Amino acid sequence: MTDSMLIYKIILCVIVFAVSLGAAAYMTWGERKLAAWLQDRVGPNRAGPLGLLQPIADGIKMFFKEEMIPTHSNRWLFILGPCFFMLCACMTGVVIPWGAGWQTETTLYPMQVTDINIGLLYLLGVVSIGVYGVMIGGWASNNKYSLLGALRASSQMISYEVAMGLALIALVMMTGTLSLKEIVEQQDAGMANVVYQPLGFIIFLICAFAETNRAPFDLPECESELVGGYHTEYSSMKLGFYLFAEYINMFISSAIMASLYFGGYNFPFQHELGLDGNILTIVQSAFFFGKIFLFIFLFMWVRWTLPRFRYDQLMNLGWKVLLPLAIANIIITGFVMLFTGKLG
Amino acid sequence: MQLTNRSIQVVKNELTLAERLYFPAIIKGMIITLTHLFKRKATIKYPDQQRELAPVYRGQHVLKRDEAGAERCTACGLCAVACPAEAITMESAERTKGEENLYREEKYAKIYEINMLRCIFCGLCEDACPKEAIFLTDRIVPSSFTRGEEVFGKDKLVEGIDLRVDVTKRQTQEVLNFKTDKKHKHNQTYLDRQK
Repeated sequence: MTDSMLIYKIILCVIVFAVSLGAAAYMTWGERKLAAWLQDRVGPNRAGPLGLLQPIADGIKMFFKEEMIPTHSNRWLFILGPCFFMLCACMTGVVIPWGAGWQTETTLYPMQVTDINIGLLYLLGVVSIGVYGVMIGGWASNNKYSLLGALRASSQMISYEVAMGLALIALVMMTGTLSLKEIVEQQDAGMANVVYQPLGFIIFLICAFAETNRAPFDLPECESELVGGYHTEYSSMKLGFYLFAEYINMFISSAIMASLYFGGYNFPFQHELGLDGNILTIVQSAFFFGKIFLFIFLFMWVRWTLPRFRYDQLMNLGWKVLLPLAIANIIITGFVMLFTGKLG
Repeated sequence: MQLTNRSIQVVKNELTLAERLYFPAIIKGMIITLTHLFKRKATIKYPDQQRELAPVYRGQHVLKRDEAGAERCTACGLCAVACPAEAITMESAERTKGEENLYREEKYAKIYEINMLRCIFCGLCEDACPKEAIFLTDRIVPSSFTRGEEVFGKDKLVEGIDLRVDVTKRQTQEVLNFKTDKKHKHNQTYLDRQK
Protein backbone atom coordinates (compact mmCIF):
# COMPACT_ATOMS: atom_id res chain seq x y z
CA MET A 1 0.00 0.00 0.00
CA THR A 2 1.43 3.34 -1.01
CA ASP A 3 1.52 6.35 1.28
CA SER A 4 -1.10 8.23 -0.71
CA MET A 5 -3.40 5.22 -0.53
CA LEU A 6 -2.88 4.97 3.22
CA ILE A 7 -3.77 8.63 3.73
CA TYR A 8 -6.76 8.23 1.43
CA LYS A 9 -8.00 5.23 3.40
CA ILE A 10 -7.65 7.07 6.70
CA ILE A 11 -9.59 10.01 5.30
CA LEU A 12 -12.23 7.66 3.93
CA CYS A 13 -12.48 5.95 7.32
CA VAL A 14 -13.16 9.28 8.98
CA ILE A 15 -15.69 10.21 6.32
CA VAL A 16 -17.55 6.92 6.61
CA PHE A 17 -17.57 7.29 10.39
CA ALA A 18 -18.79 10.87 10.20
CA VAL A 19 -21.40 10.10 7.58
CA SER A 20 -22.87 7.23 9.53
CA LEU A 21 -22.95 9.32 12.71
CA GLY A 22 -24.44 12.30 10.90
CA ALA A 23 -26.96 10.13 9.14
CA ALA A 24 -27.93 8.52 12.43
CA ALA A 25 -28.35 11.94 14.04
CA TYR A 26 -30.62 13.17 11.29
CA MET A 27 -32.49 9.89 11.25
CA THR A 28 -33.68 10.67 14.76
CA TRP A 29 -35.04 13.93 13.40
CA GLY A 30 -36.48 12.16 10.37
CA GLU A 31 -38.08 9.52 12.51
CA ARG A 32 -39.81 12.06 14.69
CA LYS A 33 -40.92 14.11 11.72
CA LEU A 34 -42.22 11.09 9.86
CA ALA A 35 -43.96 9.75 12.93
CA ALA A 36 -45.67 13.09 13.31
CA TRP A 37 -46.74 13.24 9.68
CA LEU A 38 -48.09 9.72 9.72
CA GLN A 39 -50.12 10.65 12.78
CA ASP A 40 -51.37 13.93 11.25
CA ARG A 41 -49.12 16.03 13.47
CA VAL A 42 -46.51 18.67 12.66
CA GLY A 43 -43.48 17.22 14.46
CA PRO A 44 -40.44 19.00 15.92
CA ASN A 45 -40.34 22.52 14.52
CA ARG A 46 -39.00 24.76 17.26
CA ALA A 47 -35.23 24.26 16.98
CA GLY A 48 -34.11 25.89 13.77
CA PRO A 49 -36.03 25.89 10.49
CA LEU A 50 -38.23 22.78 10.25
CA GLY A 51 -36.69 21.68 13.55
CA LEU A 52 -33.47 20.84 11.74
CA LEU A 53 -31.34 21.70 14.76
CA GLN A 54 -33.30 19.26 16.89
CA PRO A 55 -30.65 16.47 16.75
CA ILE A 56 -28.02 18.91 18.02
CA ALA A 57 -30.32 20.03 20.82
CA ASP A 58 -31.01 16.39 21.68
CA GLY A 59 -27.30 15.60 21.68
CA ILE A 60 -26.48 18.53 23.96
CA LYS A 61 -29.31 17.51 26.25
CA MET A 62 -28.01 13.93 26.38
CA PHE A 63 -24.51 15.12 27.29
CA PHE A 64 -25.69 17.39 30.08
CA LYS A 65 -28.06 14.91 31.67
CA GLU A 66 -27.10 13.56 35.05
CA GLU A 67 -25.03 10.41 34.85
CA MET A 68 -26.42 7.63 37.01
CA ILE A 69 -24.71 4.33 37.62
CA PRO A 70 -26.69 2.04 39.91
CA THR A 71 -24.76 1.03 43.04
CA HIS A 72 -25.55 -2.63 42.59
CA SER A 73 -24.44 -2.74 39.00
CA ASN A 74 -21.18 -4.07 37.73
CA ARG A 75 -19.49 -0.79 36.98
CA TRP A 76 -17.04 -1.89 34.30
CA LEU A 77 -19.51 -4.02 32.40
CA PHE A 78 -22.07 -1.26 32.74
CA ILE A 79 -19.74 1.12 30.92
CA LEU A 80 -18.53 -1.53 28.50
CA GLY A 81 -22.05 -2.37 27.23
CA PRO A 82 -22.87 0.82 25.32
CA CYS A 83 -19.25 1.21 24.15
CA PHE A 84 -19.38 -2.26 22.67
CA PHE A 85 -22.72 -1.72 21.00
CA MET A 86 -21.52 1.52 19.47
CA LEU A 87 -18.23 0.00 18.34
CA CYS A 88 -19.97 -2.88 16.58
CA ALA A 89 -22.40 -0.51 14.93
CA CYS A 90 -19.57 1.61 13.56
CA MET A 91 -17.44 -1.35 12.48
CA THR A 92 -19.87 -2.60 9.87
CA GLY A 93 -19.55 0.46 7.65
CA VAL A 94 -16.05 -0.37 6.45
CA VAL A 95 -16.87 -3.16 3.99
CA ILE A 96 -19.66 -1.35 2.19
CA PRO A 97 -18.74 -0.01 -1.26
CA TRP A 98 -20.08 3.54 -1.33
CA GLY A 99 -19.16 4.08 -4.97
CA ALA A 100 -16.94 2.79 -7.77
CA GLY A 101 -13.85 4.82 -6.90
CA TRP A 102 -11.71 7.82 -7.87
CA GLN A 103 -9.57 7.30 -10.95
CA THR A 104 -6.30 9.20 -11.20
CA GLU A 105 -3.63 8.72 -13.90
CA THR A 106 -1.87 6.03 -11.96
CA THR A 107 -4.19 4.45 -9.41
CA LEU A 108 -7.83 3.80 -8.60
CA TYR A 109 -8.92 4.92 -5.16
CA PRO A 110 -11.91 2.72 -4.29
CA MET A 111 -14.83 4.19 -2.34
CA GLN A 112 -14.63 1.36 0.14
CA VAL A 113 -12.47 1.30 3.23
CA THR A 114 -11.51 -2.33 2.77
CA ASP A 115 -12.56 -4.95 0.28
CA ILE A 116 -12.01 -8.13 2.26
CA ASN A 117 -12.92 -11.27 0.38
CA ILE A 118 -15.12 -12.48 3.22
CA GLY A 119 -17.01 -9.20 3.52
CA LEU A 120 -20.39 -10.81 4.06
CA LEU A 121 -19.04 -13.16 6.70
CA TYR A 122 -17.40 -10.21 8.43
CA LEU A 123 -20.73 -8.37 8.45
CA LEU A 124 -22.58 -11.30 9.97
CA GLY A 125 -19.82 -11.74 12.53
CA VAL A 126 -19.81 -8.13 13.64
CA VAL A 127 -23.60 -8.07 13.80
CA SER A 128 -23.49 -11.16 16.01
CA ILE A 129 -20.96 -9.55 18.34
CA GLY A 130 -23.31 -6.59 18.60
CA VAL A 131 -25.64 -8.77 20.68
CA TYR A 132 -23.03 -8.73 23.44
CA GLY A 133 -23.41 -4.98 23.83
CA VAL A 134 -27.06 -5.47 24.68
CA MET A 135 -26.39 -8.57 26.80
CA ILE A 136 -23.61 -6.97 28.84
CA GLY A 137 -25.63 -3.81 29.35
CA GLY A 138 -28.71 -5.67 30.49
CA TRP A 139 -26.77 -8.01 32.75
CA ALA A 140 -24.60 -5.35 34.35
CA SER A 141 -27.61 -3.17 35.22
CA ASN A 142 -28.66 -5.72 37.85
CA ASN A 143 -32.32 -4.98 37.22
CA LYS A 144 -34.98 -7.48 36.26
CA TYR A 145 -36.44 -5.37 33.49
CA SER A 146 -33.03 -4.82 31.98
CA LEU A 147 -32.23 -8.50 32.22
CA LEU A 148 -35.55 -9.49 30.64
CA GLY A 149 -34.97 -6.99 27.85
CA ALA A 150 -31.45 -8.26 27.30
CA LEU A 151 -32.63 -11.87 27.24
CA ARG A 152 -35.30 -11.02 24.75
CA ALA A 153 -32.85 -9.06 22.63
CA SER A 154 -30.24 -11.76 22.55
CA SER A 155 -32.63 -14.63 21.85
CA GLN A 156 -34.35 -12.60 19.16
CA MET A 157 -31.12 -11.58 17.48
CA ILE A 158 -29.71 -15.09 17.58
CA SER A 159 -32.93 -16.61 16.21
CA TYR A 160 -33.17 -14.23 13.33
CA GLU A 161 -29.49 -14.40 12.53
CA VAL A 162 -29.99 -18.03 11.48
CA ALA A 163 -32.65 -17.19 8.93
CA MET A 164 -30.65 -14.16 7.82
CA GLY A 165 -27.54 -16.24 7.25
CA LEU A 166 -29.47 -18.85 5.32
CA ALA A 167 -31.10 -16.19 3.16
CA LEU A 168 -27.64 -14.89 2.38
CA ILE A 169 -26.35 -18.38 1.54
CA ALA A 170 -28.74 -18.54 -1.43
CA LEU A 171 -27.37 -15.20 -2.56
CA VAL A 172 -23.79 -16.34 -2.11
CA MET A 173 -24.53 -19.53 -4.07
CA MET A 174 -25.78 -17.40 -6.91
CA THR A 175 -23.02 -14.83 -6.93
CA GLY A 176 -20.22 -17.17 -5.97
CA THR A 177 -18.47 -14.58 -3.82
CA LEU A 178 -18.54 -13.16 -0.31
CA SER A 179 -16.98 -9.85 -1.29
CA LEU A 180 -19.48 -7.03 -1.29
CA LYS A 181 -17.67 -5.17 -4.03
CA GLU A 182 -17.88 -8.16 -6.37
CA ILE A 183 -21.56 -8.71 -5.57
CA VAL A 184 -22.26 -5.09 -6.43
CA GLU A 185 -20.19 -5.24 -9.61
CA GLN A 186 -22.01 -8.38 -10.74
CA GLN A 187 -25.27 -6.50 -10.46
CA ASP A 188 -23.88 -3.88 -12.80
CA ALA A 189 -23.48 -6.50 -15.52
CA GLY A 190 -26.77 -8.29 -14.87
CA MET A 191 -29.96 -7.44 -13.09
CA ALA A 192 -30.31 -6.47 -9.42
CA ASN A 193 -30.21 -9.53 -7.18
CA VAL A 194 -33.73 -8.92 -5.91
CA VAL A 195 -35.02 -10.11 -9.29
CA TYR A 196 -33.41 -13.52 -8.77
CA GLN A 197 -33.86 -13.68 -5.02
CA PRO A 198 -37.21 -12.11 -4.14
CA LEU A 199 -37.92 -14.57 -1.34
CA GLY A 200 -34.40 -14.25 -0.02
CA PHE A 201 -34.76 -10.48 0.01
CA ILE A 202 -38.02 -10.59 1.95
CA ILE A 203 -36.51 -12.95 4.52
CA PHE A 204 -33.44 -10.75 4.79
CA LEU A 205 -35.61 -7.64 5.16
CA ILE A 206 -37.66 -9.14 7.98
CA CYS A 207 -34.51 -10.37 9.70
CA ALA A 208 -32.93 -6.95 9.33
CA PHE A 209 -35.91 -5.44 11.15
CA ALA A 210 -35.46 -7.99 13.91
CA GLU A 211 -31.68 -7.54 14.07
CA THR A 212 -31.93 -3.78 14.49
CA ASN A 213 -34.62 -4.20 17.18
CA ARG A 214 -37.03 -2.12 15.18
CA ALA A 215 -40.81 -2.31 15.31
CA PRO A 216 -42.61 -4.68 14.94
CA PHE A 217 -39.73 -6.56 16.55
CA ASP A 218 -38.86 -4.03 19.24
CA LEU A 219 -39.55 -6.39 22.12
CA PRO A 220 -36.14 -5.79 23.74
CA GLU A 221 -37.10 -2.20 24.40
CA CYS A 222 -40.80 -2.56 24.75
CA GLU A 223 -41.38 0.61 26.75
CA SER A 224 -44.95 -0.36 27.55
CA GLU A 225 -44.07 -3.52 29.46
CA LEU A 226 -40.37 -3.52 30.28
CA VAL A 227 -39.93 0.19 31.11
CA GLY A 228 -37.03 0.56 28.68
CA GLY A 229 -35.78 -2.98 28.24
CA TYR A 230 -32.04 -3.45 28.44
CA HIS A 231 -31.36 0.29 28.76
CA THR A 232 -33.71 0.92 31.67
CA GLU A 233 -30.88 1.82 34.03
CA TYR A 234 -28.91 3.86 31.54
CA SER A 235 -28.88 7.60 31.51
CA SER A 236 -27.05 10.49 29.93
CA MET A 237 -24.80 9.74 26.97
CA LYS A 238 -24.63 6.00 27.67
CA LEU A 239 -28.30 5.82 26.88
CA GLY A 240 -27.57 8.11 23.97
CA PHE A 241 -25.00 5.60 22.71
CA TYR A 242 -27.53 2.78 22.75
CA LEU A 243 -30.17 4.80 20.95
CA PHE A 244 -27.65 6.24 18.54
CA ALA A 245 -26.06 2.89 17.74
CA GLU A 246 -29.50 1.56 16.89
CA TYR A 247 -29.89 4.25 14.27
CA ILE A 248 -26.43 3.55 12.91
CA ASN A 249 -27.39 -0.13 12.68
CA MET A 250 -30.47 0.88 10.76
CA PHE A 251 -28.42 3.00 8.40
CA ILE A 252 -25.87 0.25 7.82
CA SER A 253 -28.47 -2.47 7.30
CA SER A 254 -30.22 -0.22 4.79
CA ALA A 255 -26.88 0.14 3.02
CA ILE A 256 -26.33 -3.62 3.09
CA MET A 257 -29.78 -4.35 1.69
CA ALA A 258 -29.26 -1.77 -1.02
CA SER A 259 -25.91 -3.20 -2.02
CA LEU A 260 -26.80 -6.88 -1.76
CA TYR A 261 -30.22 -6.88 -3.39
CA PHE A 262 -30.73 -3.56 -5.13
CA GLY A 263 -27.53 -3.11 -7.09
CA GLY A 264 -25.60 -1.01 -4.59
CA TYR A 265 -24.29 2.15 -6.21
CA ASN A 266 -25.33 1.04 -9.70
CA PHE A 267 -28.31 2.55 -11.39
CA PRO A 268 -30.03 1.71 -14.68
CA PHE A 269 -28.44 2.95 -17.91
CA GLN A 270 -25.45 4.40 -16.05
CA HIS A 271 -23.01 3.61 -18.84
CA GLU A 272 -25.24 5.07 -21.56
CA LEU A 273 -25.07 8.53 -19.97
CA GLY A 274 -21.51 8.97 -21.16
CA LEU A 275 -20.35 10.49 -17.88
CA ASP A 276 -16.71 10.86 -16.95
CA GLY A 277 -15.49 8.24 -14.46
CA ASN A 278 -15.21 10.47 -11.41
CA ILE A 279 -18.46 12.33 -12.05
CA LEU A 280 -20.15 8.99 -12.52
CA THR A 281 -18.85 7.95 -9.11
CA ILE A 282 -20.48 10.98 -7.52
CA VAL A 283 -23.78 10.24 -9.26
CA GLN A 284 -23.50 6.61 -8.24
CA SER A 285 -22.95 7.54 -4.60
CA ALA A 286 -25.96 9.82 -4.76
CA PHE A 287 -28.04 6.94 -6.10
CA PHE A 288 -26.70 4.67 -3.39
CA PHE A 289 -27.70 7.14 -0.72
CA GLY A 290 -31.08 7.48 -2.38
CA LYS A 291 -31.58 3.73 -2.07
CA ILE A 292 -30.44 3.82 1.55
CA PHE A 293 -32.87 6.65 2.20
CA LEU A 294 -35.75 4.64 0.75
CA PHE A 295 -34.92 1.71 3.00
CA ILE A 296 -34.70 3.95 6.04
CA PHE A 297 -38.07 5.37 5.08
CA LEU A 298 -39.40 1.82 4.91
CA PHE A 299 -38.00 1.07 8.38
CA MET A 300 -39.76 4.10 9.83
CA TRP A 301 -42.94 3.62 7.84
CA VAL A 302 -43.28 0.08 9.15
CA ARG A 303 -42.54 1.21 12.69
CA TRP A 304 -45.43 3.64 12.72
CA THR A 305 -47.81 1.19 11.08
CA LEU A 306 -47.44 -2.20 12.71
CA PRO A 307 -48.02 -3.08 16.34
CA ARG A 308 -45.45 -5.06 18.27
CA PHE A 309 -45.33 -8.85 18.01
CA ARG A 310 -46.07 -11.01 20.98
CA TYR A 311 -43.02 -12.96 22.10
CA ASP A 312 -44.29 -16.39 21.04
CA GLN A 313 -45.38 -14.98 17.69
CA LEU A 314 -41.89 -13.61 17.23
CA MET A 315 -40.28 -16.97 17.91
CA ASN A 316 -42.83 -18.80 15.74
CA LEU A 317 -42.13 -16.48 12.86
CA GLY A 318 -38.39 -16.84 13.22
CA TRP A 319 -38.09 -20.59 13.63
CA LYS A 320 -41.23 -22.02 12.04
CA VAL A 321 -41.69 -19.70 9.09
CA LEU A 322 -38.55 -17.84 8.13
CA LEU A 323 -36.11 -20.67 8.74
CA PRO A 324 -37.97 -23.27 6.58
CA LEU A 325 -38.56 -20.62 3.93
CA ALA A 326 -34.88 -19.76 3.87
CA ILE A 327 -33.94 -23.42 3.51
CA ALA A 328 -36.53 -23.84 0.75
CA ASN A 329 -35.04 -20.80 -0.93
CA ILE A 330 -31.61 -22.41 -0.87
CA ILE A 331 -32.98 -25.63 -2.39
CA ILE A 332 -34.88 -23.75 -5.10
CA THR A 333 -31.82 -21.67 -5.89
CA GLY A 334 -29.76 -24.85 -6.11
CA PHE A 335 -32.19 -26.53 -8.50
CA VAL A 336 -32.49 -23.45 -10.70
CA MET A 337 -28.71 -23.21 -10.87
CA LEU A 338 -28.49 -26.89 -11.73
CA PHE A 339 -31.01 -26.70 -14.57
CA THR A 340 -29.79 -23.44 -16.04
CA GLY A 341 -26.26 -24.83 -16.04
CA LYS A 342 -24.90 -22.05 -13.87
CA LEU A 343 -23.38 -24.51 -11.45
CA GLY A 344 -19.66 -24.09 -10.83
CA MET B 1 -83.29 -8.67 23.39
CA GLN B 2 -81.93 -6.44 20.70
CA LEU B 3 -81.44 -2.91 21.92
CA THR B 4 -79.84 -1.40 18.85
CA ASN B 5 -79.23 -2.62 15.35
CA ARG B 6 -75.57 -1.69 15.55
CA SER B 7 -74.33 -5.00 16.92
CA ILE B 8 -72.03 -6.91 14.61
CA GLN B 9 -72.22 -10.66 14.34
CA VAL B 10 -68.81 -12.12 15.19
CA VAL B 11 -67.62 -14.56 12.56
CA LYS B 12 -64.88 -16.95 13.58
CA ASN B 13 -63.96 -18.69 10.39
CA GLU B 14 -60.63 -20.33 9.69
CA LEU B 15 -58.19 -17.80 8.27
CA THR B 16 -57.74 -17.97 4.55
CA LEU B 17 -54.28 -18.39 3.05
CA ALA B 18 -54.10 -14.70 2.19
CA GLU B 19 -54.92 -13.80 5.77
CA ARG B 20 -52.41 -16.25 7.17
CA LEU B 21 -49.71 -14.92 4.89
CA TYR B 22 -50.03 -11.65 6.82
CA PHE B 23 -48.55 -9.60 3.99
CA PRO B 24 -51.78 -8.35 2.38
CA ALA B 25 -52.89 -7.00 5.75
CA ILE B 26 -49.52 -5.35 6.36
CA ILE B 27 -49.55 -3.71 2.94
CA LYS B 28 -53.11 -2.54 3.49
CA GLY B 29 -52.08 -0.99 6.80
CA MET B 30 -49.03 0.62 5.31
CA ILE B 31 -51.09 2.20 2.52
CA ILE B 32 -53.39 3.67 5.17
CA THR B 33 -50.47 5.23 7.03
CA LEU B 34 -49.00 6.48 3.76
CA THR B 35 -52.19 8.31 2.88
CA HIS B 36 -52.01 10.00 6.27
CA LEU B 37 -48.59 11.33 5.32
CA PHE B 38 -50.23 13.67 2.82
CA LYS B 39 -53.29 14.57 4.85
CA ARG B 40 -53.95 17.94 6.39
CA LYS B 41 -52.39 18.14 9.84
CA ALA B 42 -54.82 17.96 12.71
CA THR B 43 -52.57 19.98 15.03
CA ILE B 44 -51.43 23.59 14.83
CA LYS B 45 -48.17 25.31 15.80
CA TYR B 46 -49.68 26.38 19.09
CA PRO B 47 -47.83 29.37 20.53
CA ASP B 48 -47.45 30.88 17.05
CA GLN B 49 -50.90 30.01 15.84
CA GLN B 50 -53.96 29.91 18.03
CA ARG B 51 -57.18 28.20 17.33
CA GLU B 52 -60.20 30.48 17.10
CA LEU B 53 -62.52 30.06 20.04
CA ALA B 54 -66.25 29.74 19.60
CA PRO B 55 -68.16 33.03 20.07
CA VAL B 56 -69.95 31.53 23.05
CA TYR B 57 -66.70 30.33 24.67
CA ARG B 58 -66.78 30.71 28.44
CA GLY B 59 -63.39 31.07 30.06
CA GLN B 60 -61.85 32.98 32.95
CA HIS B 61 -64.16 35.41 34.73
CA VAL B 62 -63.70 39.12 34.93
CA LEU B 63 -65.11 41.60 37.43
CA LYS B 64 -65.92 44.70 35.43
CA ARG B 65 -65.43 48.31 36.37
CA ASP B 66 -67.72 51.05 35.16
CA GLU B 67 -66.73 53.82 32.76
CA ALA B 68 -65.25 55.90 35.56
CA GLY B 69 -63.17 52.98 36.81
CA ALA B 70 -65.21 52.07 39.90
CA GLU B 71 -65.99 48.44 40.60
CA ARG B 72 -69.49 47.48 39.62
CA CYS B 73 -69.86 44.62 42.10
CA THR B 74 -71.95 45.35 45.17
CA ALA B 75 -71.43 41.97 46.82
CA CYS B 76 -75.13 41.09 46.68
CA GLY B 77 -74.22 37.39 46.56
CA LEU B 78 -76.62 36.46 43.77
CA CYS B 79 -73.80 34.91 41.76
CA ALA B 80 -72.76 32.77 44.72
CA VAL B 81 -76.35 31.63 45.15
CA ALA B 82 -76.69 30.90 41.46
CA CYS B 83 -73.43 28.99 41.24
CA PRO B 84 -74.20 25.27 40.99
CA ALA B 85 -70.63 24.32 41.82
CA GLU B 86 -70.43 26.62 44.86
CA ALA B 87 -67.24 28.06 43.57
CA ILE B 88 -67.87 31.67 44.52
CA THR B 89 -67.40 33.15 47.99
CA MET B 90 -67.39 36.77 48.99
CA GLU B 91 -67.32 39.14 51.92
CA SER B 92 -68.91 42.51 51.71
CA ALA B 93 -67.89 45.82 53.26
CA GLU B 94 -69.27 49.31 53.45
CA ARG B 95 -67.78 52.02 51.31
CA THR B 96 -66.21 54.80 53.38
CA LYS B 97 -65.80 58.41 52.44
CA GLY B 98 -63.25 59.04 49.75
CA GLU B 99 -63.69 55.66 48.13
CA GLU B 100 -66.35 56.79 45.69
CA ASN B 101 -63.96 56.54 42.81
CA LEU B 102 -63.19 52.91 43.73
CA TYR B 103 -66.66 51.44 44.26
CA ARG B 104 -69.80 52.38 42.43
CA GLU B 105 -72.25 51.79 45.26
CA GLU B 106 -72.25 51.97 49.05
CA LYS B 107 -71.58 48.31 49.47
CA TYR B 108 -68.71 46.49 47.81
CA ALA B 109 -66.97 43.11 47.86
CA LYS B 110 -64.01 43.18 50.22
CA ILE B 111 -63.13 39.64 49.29
CA TYR B 112 -64.32 37.98 46.15
CA GLU B 113 -62.96 34.54 45.35
CA ILE B 114 -63.71 32.04 42.62
CA ASN B 115 -62.27 28.57 42.93
CA MET B 116 -61.31 27.74 39.38
CA LEU B 117 -61.01 24.07 40.22
CA ARG B 118 -64.66 23.97 41.31
CA CYS B 119 -66.00 26.26 38.61
CA ILE B 120 -67.75 24.49 35.76
CA PHE B 121 -67.88 27.62 33.57
CA CYS B 122 -71.64 27.42 33.11
CA GLY B 123 -72.08 31.17 33.10
CA LEU B 124 -74.98 31.25 35.59
CA CYS B 125 -73.16 33.87 37.70
CA GLU B 126 -73.18 36.12 34.69
CA ASP B 127 -76.92 35.60 34.22
CA ALA B 128 -77.63 36.22 37.88
CA CYS B 129 -75.63 39.43 38.21
CA PRO B 130 -77.92 42.48 38.30
CA LYS B 131 -75.04 44.91 38.13
CA GLU B 132 -73.32 43.73 34.95
CA ALA B 133 -70.30 43.10 37.12
CA ILE B 134 -69.19 39.55 36.35
CA PHE B 135 -68.60 38.15 32.89
CA LEU B 136 -66.98 35.06 31.50
CA THR B 137 -64.34 35.92 28.92
CA ASP B 138 -62.52 34.07 26.17
CA ARG B 139 -59.34 33.92 28.25
CA ILE B 140 -58.06 30.49 29.22
CA VAL B 141 -57.48 29.92 32.93
CA PRO B 142 -53.73 29.46 33.34
CA SER B 143 -52.43 26.28 34.93
CA SER B 144 -50.60 26.28 38.24
CA PHE B 145 -48.50 24.04 40.43
CA THR B 146 -50.64 24.20 43.57
CA ARG B 147 -54.36 24.03 44.27
CA GLY B 148 -54.20 27.24 46.27
CA GLU B 149 -53.14 29.24 43.25
CA GLU B 150 -56.31 28.21 41.49
CA VAL B 151 -58.48 30.16 43.94
CA PHE B 152 -58.63 33.49 42.16
CA GLY B 153 -59.08 36.55 44.33
CA LYS B 154 -59.90 40.09 43.38
CA ASP B 155 -56.33 40.71 42.26
CA LYS B 156 -56.83 38.34 39.38
CA LEU B 157 -60.53 38.82 38.74
CA VAL B 158 -61.02 42.60 38.68
CA GLU B 159 -60.02 44.17 35.40
CA GLY B 160 -57.35 46.81 35.45
CA ILE B 161 -58.39 50.42 34.99
CA ASP B 162 -56.12 50.73 32.02
CA LEU B 163 -56.38 47.08 31.06
CA ARG B 164 -60.04 46.70 30.27
CA VAL B 165 -61.23 43.25 29.27
CA ASP B 166 -63.43 43.18 26.22
CA VAL B 167 -66.76 41.48 26.95
CA THR B 168 -68.78 42.87 24.05
CA LYS B 169 -69.39 39.32 22.84
CA ARG B 170 -71.11 38.51 26.12
CA GLN B 171 -72.55 41.90 27.03
CA THR B 172 -74.80 42.34 24.04
CA GLN B 173 -77.43 45.06 23.75
CA GLU B 174 -80.10 42.47 24.40
CA VAL B 175 -78.55 41.48 27.70
CA LEU B 176 -78.04 45.09 28.65
CA ASN B 177 -81.68 45.98 27.92
CA PHE B 178 -82.92 43.11 30.03
CA LYS B 179 -80.71 43.98 32.92
CA THR B 180 -81.55 47.67 32.96
CA ASP B 181 -85.28 47.41 32.25
CA LYS B 182 -87.06 48.97 35.26
CA LYS B 183 -90.12 46.91 34.40
CA HIS B 184 -88.48 43.97 36.12
CA LYS B 185 -88.52 44.14 39.85
CA HIS B 186 -85.00 42.94 40.27
CA ASN B 187 -83.73 45.91 38.35
CA GLN B 188 -85.49 48.44 40.53
CA THR B 189 -83.46 50.19 43.17
CA TYR B 190 -84.74 51.50 46.45
CA LEU B 191 -85.09 54.97 44.95
CA ASP B 192 -87.12 53.64 42.01
CA ARG B 193 -89.60 52.06 44.33
CA GLN B 194 -90.01 55.31 46.28
CA LYS B 195 -91.33 57.09 43.21
